Amino acid sequence: MGILNFLISFAVMATIYSIFAIGLNVQWGYTGLLNFGIAGFFAVGAYTSALFTLKMPTGAIAGYIKQAFGLNMPFLIGVLAGGIVSAIIGLIVGALTLRLKEGYLAIATIGIAETIRLFFNNEAWLANGPQGLVGLPQPLHNIVPPSFYNYIYLLIVAVFLVIIYIAAEKGIRSPWGRVLRAIREDEVMAAADGKNVVAFKMQSLVFGAFIMGIGGALYAHFSAAIQPGVFEPLFGTFIIWTMLTLGGTGNNKGAIIGAWIVWAVWSWSTLLINKVVPPSFATRAPFIRYVLIGLLLVVIIVRYPKGILGEEKQVSKF
Amino acid sequence: MNLSTTKPILSLRNIRKYFGGVKAVDGVSFDVAPHRITGLIGPNGAGKTTTFNLISGFYKPDEGEIYFKGERIDGLQLHETFHKGLCRTFQISRELKLMTVLENLMLVPPGQIGENLFNTWFNPNGVRKQERELRDKALKTLESVGLLHLKDEYAGNLSGGQKRLLELARTMMAKPDIILFDEPGAGVNPTERKILADRIRQLVKDEKVTVLLIGHEMELVMDVCNPIIVMDHGKKLMEGTPEEVGNDPRVLEVYLGGASK
Repeated sequence: MGILNFLISFAVMATIYSIFAIGLNVQWGYTGLLNFGIAGFFAVGAYTSALFTLKMPTGAIAGYIKQAFGLNMPFLIGVLAGGIVSAIIGLIVGALTLRLKEGYLAIATIGIAETIRLFFNNEAWLANGPQGLVGLPQPLHNIVPPSFYNYIYLLIVAVFLVIIYIAAEKGIRSPWGRVLRAIREDEVMAAADGKNVVAFKMQSLVFGAFIMGIGGALYAHFSAAIQPGVFEPLFGTFIIWTMLTLGGTGNNKGAIIGAWIVWAVWSWSTLLINKVVPPSFATRAPFIRYVLIGLLLVVIIVRYPKGILGEEKQVSKF
Repeated sequence: MNLSTTKPILSLRNIRKYFGGVKAVDGVSFDVAPHRITGLIGPNGAGKTTTFNLISGFYKPDEGEIYFKGERIDGLQLHETFHKGLCRTFQISRELKLMTVLENLMLVPPGQIGENLFNTWFNPNGVRKQERELRDKALKTLESVGLLHLKDEYAGNLSGGQKRLLELARTMMAKPDIILFDEPGAGVNPTERKILADRIRQLVKDEKVTVLLIGHEMELVMDVCNPIIVMDHGKKLMEGTPEEVGNDPRVLEVYLGGASK
């Protein structure tokens, strides 16, 4: 029973990370946009959905929990709002950074993501500061006993993943995706072919941000509690880069495979490490995972630069 | 030959572009007559490619005016001049390396409804129909330049000469009013040069395209271009038929004795 529960909860997280990896694939795999600020869109999606679905605290609780607003809306509206607000942030980030060369874009996005995290941390009026928000509503939670709830949630996130996968595939296989890949290969050439490079980069960034916002919202309702500490660069950004790089940049199936493998390494190594190390090291042991993820990334880049699947040769297929 | 009777399709009026102290283009004026192949030659550093960059909107001129089909186009960006009917190639051939030859061609045509992401979701049949037409057109074009057998190859894997033919095929997909070829003959073998020359002539004859062509490769220029404009030190030196250019002492001077000046 314990193992099964662990597996289901593992599958939910792997599915959510698959969504993030597809979002990154749209931006980096297809368009060549170096977004090192995934954690920012992750946080925006999560917090937006939380504030949309939570009630405004009343009575004695209001003294302990501060929220800018609480709309008490249904789960689906919350998730959608998470995607939309994240897309709007993408639009703003794009307006500020898309004319930068790729290396600078990476630096700018990592800075923006950290700014977003620290903003939630310090502006307590917005979403309760470092303590974060708890008790996020979970859809359909009363149709099964609580111990089985994760099965329902796995189904929900799987539906989201399928829809997002199809939407991203439609996009990339179409002339739209062809323009993005042309921009990745040679911006000047794409412009000489009459394509408005900045406009297409913006669309890619915003679509990717929308997907990441959805992922963030789905994460928030799964863990039912969020605080700024979750959205640190490793957990929120670089683990997703490792997933996409391992699975195969430029391939949505690869993105999913990579997400599952890396999340397996991440979550199972904890169990293993805790069994191996003496109890006095137990609190420090999880940090070995950081080394593992880094090592994995190095091995992939050196030995399998295309990842497990890699981009297909003939991508345009509509 | 009297060109003054036809209205020029492209006119440059006193165009200047300085890079710091370098006068790359220093007051160039010339007209390009429609439905002809005009050559643009001159020694290295004469300002030919910069002139192309200015016409196509890759650079903005510091001074001067550019008219295309009677409309002022200086100040437009590269992707905007394309939609005015102007298509250019690059001195060092560029191709979308990790995309197939076929995809390189299918990218080019303007007006693709599938370039709108929402159409790919909500109007897939329309997109599919257009893709089928584009594919047929791309295959025909590839056949005419002799690259059909390479349609599924990565463009980056082509030889230098094949890349020039790919470049030509891409301009054919654009259906422009004018094509600016920047050294289309660089790195091609004699067979490929013949295909290039034939196709360029055919474009002008059948599709009523105008061509402005920069060439180092004199064989190709003298073969297909008339008239020829000669540039030197950022200025227009002269203009004339291939014979006139070939016999002009000033041209010989800049090509052979430029250093002694």
